[in-house]
Amino acid sequence: MTDNTMKQTPLNAVHKALGARMVPFGGWEMPVQYAGVIEEHLAVRERAGLFDVSHMGEVEASGPEALALVQKLTTNDASKLVDGQIQYSALCYPDGGVVDDVTLYRSSATHFLFCVNASNTDKDFAWMQQVHGESGIKGAALTNRSAEFAQLALQGPKAAEILARLTAVPLASLRYYHFSQGEVAGVPTLISRTGYTGEDGFELYIPAAAAVGMWTRLLEAGQADGLLPIGLGARDTLRLEKGYALYGHELSSTISPLEAGLGWIVKLEKGDFVGRDALLKQKAAGIPRRLVGLAMVERGIPREGYPVYAGEKQVGTVTSGTMSPSLKNGIALALVESSSAVLDKELLIGIRDRRLRAKIVKPPFVKR
Amino acid sequence: MEFPEEFKYTEEHEWVQVEGDLVIVGITDFAQDALGDVVFVELPEVGAEVTAGKAFGVVESVKAVSDVYAPVSGTVEEINEELPDAPEVINTSPYGDGWMIKIRVSDPAELEGLMDAAEYQAHVAEEH
Repeated sequence: MTDNTMKQTPLNAVHKALGARMVPFGGWEMPVQYAGVIEEHLAVRERAGLFDVSHMGEVEASGPEALALVQKLTTNDASKLVDGQIQYSALCYPDGGVVDDVTLYRSSATHFLFCVNASNTDKDFAWMQQVHGESGIKGAALTNRSAEFAQLALQGPKAAEILARLTAVPLASLRYYHFSQGEVAGVPTLISRTGYTGEDGFELYIPAAAAVGMWTRLLEAGQADGLLPIGLGARDTLRLEKGYALYGHELSSTISPLEAGLGWIVKLEKGDFVGRDALLKQKAAGIPRRLVGLAMVERGIPREGYPVYAGEKQVGTVTSGTMSPSLKNGIALALVESSSAVLDKELLIGIRDRRLRAKIVKPPFVKR
Repeated sequence: MEFPEEFKYTEEHEWVQVEGDLVIVGITDFAQDALGDVVFVELPEVGAEVTAGKAFGVVESVKAVSDVYAPVSGTVEEINEELPDAPEVINTSPYGDGWMIKIRVSDPAELEGLMDAAEYQAHVAEEH
């Protein structure tokens, strides 16, 4: 199940001591569940959950021309960011395929931090360096700081109340997709009001050496509120109920952000960026496929790779699917031909030897 | 983890309770634990023929899809009608209310090939 070639976060031994089931994930040995996926999922929806997301990568862009480099690398318009603000964005290849989806933090006009997907960190950094080299931008530097940071996500309706017990940083004024620097449990922390669950919550960037202490203090602070440690299993069902894309499933080098429904982070008018020409062409020619939400009408669980049919004809494929713990119904994201991507339309999902009815719905599947 | 003495077991982690030429089949405590929260169960129809070693049904957890194999050949005599509406019973009572099907055995000699509790326990320890 696990071997010593996998990377470990600073919390590896803590997860094992908590009885977590460990699995390989993007080259890392990570906890997939502690108490059970459904119990953990509902804890985050109803109370709060704590996630070890130290496997995520962090890349810094700094220097007087940092913004110019960031603009070249990303699809969203980073010039709109102010200090302390965060933006969801994407890195694209020249053909419009996605290198990765990222969150971008602006500390100052000369300091930006990308948070990137764990399994993509090395690929992203190499790609960013390549684009940087070809851009001719001299006044900017890229640094892979992934090893320095541990990252914990505290998510759920009780998250703010729990975190407030360990910090003097005013949380009420910290808005969604904004961050603040300050001490949490005595540790210098970048407190980010973001997450991957659709609930209120925070992502805490801390020195790797402080991870075990911070994890322990947070679990203690939230014990009375029913705070639970949460594994990757529930992380996936939580994000899927909200319709959030996961790289390698809804996004990849062969899926454009326009197809994935991320047109809102593609600012074609902002000026040149890698992938812009291809995305302009795709938009002009008509986007061939669309990512849709599917809710099962008949009983069954859609899974990644299952075919999607309109009548007899296959029109797409499920990119992620699960039983929704909140809805107790099968839900999926699927990439389908644009002509079939019509709200409320019924499609069929091939599940083993049967074709079961599912309806196109607009994510999130679970509203707040 | 429980390994009831009175049952027989398969390598694929089904348990078998023998009552004459009728057997009751479910998945073991080890299997339900490895799967995690069971959220979907697919069973054959009463009267269907099943073949030893071939899949007769499916159990799905939140994360995984798993086939369930017939320990012996025969005819499905009865299915647990409660399971599709309450699949979590497989987690809470794998050897009791979580039973899946009853098979009318066509060749009782096939029962000889199944493991007893001690053998199955050793099999699990080896695989784990």
